[in-house]
Amino acid sequence: MKLVIGIVRPEKANDVLEALYRAEVRGVSMSRVQGHGGELERVETYRGTTVKMGLAEKVRFEIAVSDEFVQPTVDALCEGARTGAVGDGKIFVLPLDRAVRIRTGETDHGAVTPVDG
Amino acid sequence: MSELPTLVAAIDTGDTAWMLAATALVLMMTPALGLFYAGLVRSKNTLNTFMMCVAAIAVAMVTWALVGYSLAFDGTGDLIGGFGHVGLQGVDFLPRNDESTIPHLLFMAFQATFCIITVALVSGAVVERMRFGAFLVFAALWSVLVYAVLAHWAFGGGWLAERGTLDFAGGVPVEMASGFSALAAALVVGARKDYGRQALLPHNAVYVLLGAGLLWFGWFGFNGGSGFNTGTNSVLAFTNTLLTPACALVTWFVLDLIRGRKVTAIGAATAIIVGCVLITPAGGFISPGWAMVLGFLGALPCYAVIVWRPRTRVDETLDVLAAHGIAGFTGILFIGLVAQIGWNGLADGLFYGNADQLLDQALAALAAPVYAFTVTFVLLKLIGAAIPLRASEHDEAVGMDVTYHGEEAYVTGEGAILVVPEDGIEVPVPVADPG
Repeated sequence: MKLVIGIVRPEKANDVLEALYRAEVRGVSMSRVQGHGGELERVETYRGTTVKMGLAEKVRFEIAVSDEFVQPTVDALCEGARTGAVGDGKIFVLPLDRAVRIRTGETDHGAVTPVDG
Repeated sequence: MSELPTLVAAIDTGDTAWMLAATALVLMMTPALGLFYAGLVRSKNTLNTFMMCVAAIAVAMVTWALVGYSLAFDGTGDLIGGFGHVGLQGVDFLPRNDESTIPHLLFMAFQATFCIITVALVSGAVVERMRFGAFLVFAALWSVLVYAVLAHWAFGGGWLAERGTLDFAGGVPVEMASGFSALAAALVVGARKDYGRQALLPHNAVYVLLGAGLLWFGWFGFNGGSGFNTGTNSVLAFTNTLLTPACALVTWFVLDLIRGRKVTAIGAATAIIVGCVLITPAGGFISPGWAMVLGFLGALPCYAVIVWRPRTRVDETLDVLAAHGIAGFTGILFIGLVAQIGWNGLADGLFYGNADQLLDQALAALAAPVYAFTVTFVLLKLIGAAIPLRASEHDEAVGMDVTYHGEEAYVTGEGAILVVPEDGIEVPVPVADPG
């Protein structure tokens, strides 16, 4: 059981969701974050004030999956988020100690496996 | 034919005062449209969408002063005016003809605001993917080749005006011209890359409502000023501008309830625009009672097109065709049915025994869409052969605001590093490679 965190471009978020859906990965959290990887800064000008945008808008996916779903999830994130330019983002896979489905109290494997209907 | 007394060529201070105010009201409609449109797009394209309307003021005002006004209002040629007023020559403080009671300069300014908003309206078809530079070129040429020509036909003594086609405030040059040009523009520029694949939703419904409210407010100058005086037609048009949109709202509420069991806010904003457009050509010509009927019934075809269009492959993004083209078409024809000489002093419609009027109206309803669609289609094809019309897929994904304006609508400033110029010289800064 792993927690897969993917930080991707906001404009690719929909492509990632599509790829995850096709990989039959269900159960996703998504949040808007700001971050800085290796990408060059964007320059913006507001009246006389020119600024370098040191932080770029990113979307962070958090997906808890059972072991056999780790690779498909990582593949889907890569497939959906890749443009080939600097700033495509990162994927982190973390060990996950416990998972509980609040509605039923199911734990671990049962909690990260989607229910039908 | 006219039962109204012929006025002597003299400035009327009351008329002039109202037309000064009306001109300002109509100019305000363009930023209001910018707000309306900006709310309907995704947040990453807010500024670009608004800026297309701002750009319409810049571009169309200049082309209008240089050549557009002259082509529309100099002389009474069938198809096009003359070059007598190029660069605003001979546009001064005297009334432009014997019927006018306001300075020529003010007449020109009032008409200029119409050209501006019409150019801005067309942008609704191509937002979220058209290159800003290409839009500026298109706006400049379109304002002369389409708007000025159709304004001449309907207002400037061209063939429609000569026939006696009634168009109070611009069903031909404003509403049908923008609506059917929008359809052509959407076809040439093509759909947004995510159209039909993802839900592309309005990002701020409050902007949409506020924009619609300000547009309605401005429309009192648009319709109320199109009589160019403070006489009966102007008062009638002004009051009808209150009645028709209100009735269109009622119809929209009912249709929304039938279709989705909820009355929607963006639907209401759309209904206000549709109502205002419906009464635009008819404002000074039909009775208040018929204006209400026009609002109730005229909203039906517009609603139908708005529901149908997103199911097609045509990404006419902000439904200019439905809200302006179809509504303008409906309004123009409606005059031919219910115009009453007792209310307008000019002509009756079919219901009052004058079938010829409906024929004149039908000609306008046929000719204006065909001309606007064809010329816009060819014009954009030609511009497209010279310069790219569309943003790259990458730029479209990132958004037009950052790509073309280097600004964001909802910037937080977090992580922004101030670039301080040294001794007044800009420090070179690294720019992200868009490749």
